[in-house]
Amino acid sequence: MTILVKRSHEEVPQAYEVDFENVTLLTILNHLKTKVDSTLTYSQGCRSGVCGSCAVRVNGHEVLMCEYKPTDGDLVEPMRNASVIRDLVVESSAVENFNRVAKAWSEESREGNVSEEAMSWIETQSDCILCTACYSACPVYAVNPDFIGPFALTRVWRYVSDPRQNQSDAKITAIQTNGIWDCTLCGECIPVCPQGIAPKQDITMLRTKSAMLGYKDPNMNFGSGLDFGSPMF
Amino acid sequence: MAKVLIIGGGGAGLVSALSAHEAGAQVIVMTKTLPTRSQTSMAQGGMNAVLGGEDSIANHMADTLKSSAGLGNESQIAFLCENGPDAVRWCNTMGLPFSRDASGEIARRRLGGASAPRACYAQDYTGLKLLHTLYDQCLKAGITFMNERFLLNIIVDEETNCALGATCLNILTGEVEEIRADSVILATGGYGALYGKHSTNSVGSTGDGIAAAIRAGARLADLEFIQFHPTALKSSSILISESARGAGGYLVDEQGDRFTDELAARDVVARAIHDEIIKSGGVYLDIRHLGEEFINHELPQERKLARLYEGIDPVSDLIPIKPAAHYSMGGIEVNDECMTSVSGLFAVGECANHKTHGANRLGGNSLLELVVFGRHCGKFAAQYGVKKPSSVVENAQLSKDTNFVHGVMYFTNQIDFYEKQEMLANIFYNNVGLVREEMGLQTVLDAIGKMHKELPLMGPKDKSKICNTNLVEFVEFGNKLELAEIIVISAINRSESRGAHYRGDVPTRNDAMFGAHTITWKEDGALCTDFLL
Repeated sequence: MTILVKRSHEEVPQAYEVDFENVTLLTILNHLKTKVDSTLTYSQGCRSGVCGSCAVRVNGHEVLMCEYKPTDGDLVEPMRNASVIRDLVVESSAVENFNRVAKAWSEESREGNVSEEAMSWIETQSDCILCTACYSACPVYAVNPDFIGPFALTRVWRYVSDPRQNQSDAKITAIQTNGIWDCTLCGECIPVCPQGIAPKQDITMLRTKSAMLGYKDPNMNFGSGLDFGSPMF
Repeated sequence: MAKVLIIGGGGAGLVSALSAHEAGAQVIVMTKTLPTRSQTSMAQGGMNAVLGGEDSIANHMADTLKSSAGLGNESQIAFLCENGPDAVRWCNTMGLPFSRDASGEIARRRLGGASAPRACYAQDYTGLKLLHTLYDQCLKAGITFMNERFLLNIIVDEETNCALGATCLNILTGEVEEIRADSVILATGGYGALYGKHSTNSVGSTGDGIAAAIRAGARLADLEFIQFHPTALKSSSILISESARGAGGYLVDEQGDRFTDELAARDVVARAIHDEIIKSGGVYLDIRHLGEEFINHELPQERKLARLYEGIDPVSDLIPIKPAAHYSMGGIEVNDECMTSVSGLFAVGECANHKTHGANRLGGNSLLELVVFGRHCGKFAAQYGVKKPSSVVENAQLSKDTNFVHGVMYFTNQIDFYEKQEMLANIFYNNVGLVREEMGLQTVLDAIGKMHKELPLMGPKDKSKICNTNLVEFVEFGNKLELAEIIVISAINRSESRGAHYRGDVPTRNDAMFGAHTITWKEDGALCTDFLL
């Protein structure tokens, strides 16, 4: 079959002919790198879907190369919303930056027993491998490059809803600007997640929690003309 | 304020970073990828700790000591096991989402060689969730990360034998950089990737830190001890956690019959599988009787990987397996403060030999080790930096390494190093694997010697300066080759069988002659070796 790979030095994707069936894209790229073209550049690690190194886009959809089995004519491209370093390797500072801005960490977790059920609330969210597939798929970055974004907001929800957390209000404050209200709820982040996480839903939950704490959706302000509360002179 | 440079962003590196930070040091973590992409993410089974019930710390110590086959240090093992409960509680207060039992306590499961259910876990994602929890805490602490830096060498002041920092290749820019510090911690992981497609490890587990340590004058211990995990997927060597057997999974032969105690120590089970494969052609893991609901909840990763890589569903099919290289018991020799034989150079986690695993590691003890010794090491590295701040002395390492990276581009490329790397992996699996014999080991040693000589005829084909992963892989191959020689020489010298080191030609343990650690070091470039207590 033919695999097309977008290289950073060429406009037109490079076509590689390979004679493989029912193997992962990563297996094919490793074959190409070691036997055919040593300049082909990409990231990899565990080859079992937990390290998050090998996310790319195939025919416009984010996948992990170690979990995707390609078909003839597939086009492999680097992730979006990050500058390309070389071929399929992109600049990766978004992970650190957005998690820092979002304060996506535990403030203080209490000891003592917790029910199995309560821990299951955060089971899926804490499966995140930070592959940034959701970040690449998110259309908000086209208009707001400072958007805290899906992976970091899911991480915030993971800590906010952790039954052991003592204080989570400060986390809610940290995600009001460039955070939960900037999401368009388009849901592009959901199908691309290799771990079955739904960041859009987590963002919706954070919105509800924010509203309970008295925060308002800034987009819901329809201007001064509809202010019936006070007489206008 | 002491400046501590930590090389490696896996579990051991991040725990030491938090600990050194807490001790007041300025901390820099340098890693060759991103921290969350480290090998630690692949750990599945759990972290051993005695949390009450009928289990006891004495039992945990006894199990660990027994498994170590005479090479575990009793006081180090006591330190590990006694600090287990506190280590697990510490992870819990940081937010590690442990699975829970019916009473709401942290759930524990039984792994091989353990006399009680003792491994605290988070589904089959214990390593992943530990690593991410630690990373989040490092961001909270404001720790500086220098990602995508490939370690080249430790900078050592020859006159004083003190570590001054490290040199690295900035993979993205292609520049060689120098980072100076008051103390340096190596947390670079093991060397399982030497076995290539016969290893459960990440492709990055190439032993870079251990190779740099011996070049820097540090001593290594017990490199011949490499643990083979009994159950890796047959065609891809991807790990199927021991918890599958802990939960009641069977090992069966081609006829579907059980042939061994599934929960014996890893070396014993792995050898039984090895022998059975030779005898009957294939071995399978059978977890069908555990039921779909249990498999989905406790072993979700296993099910996904078996479907993807073997095209079978463990709920209804047998899983074809083979043993694969999994964990490096050997590593950089350290004292009880985690310092190597080079002053100010520390080592922790899989790259170090804390003498807790000895000849065979117990499942669930490696995550525990990186937390317990990581906290210990970070503190001592910070204290060392305060006591002995490194002076600004001239050192030629940076210019040497800059010249090396420049010069390696002119290697002639008559021989393809990827081909040699694959050959090395295959001859290692066959001759330096589960069963070793002197003849086979000698053959491998000759092959390694030849490859060493041929290195200048190899080299990277890619001449790009920016993000040259071909260059990185070539230097990694050099590190693998450096360690390969030491492993094979150590395996030849240890003319006995003990734990993971099994000599088909000398199948018995010989405490009188070999009840000691294999210590290796370099003097003027020559490899020296000795057995020392």
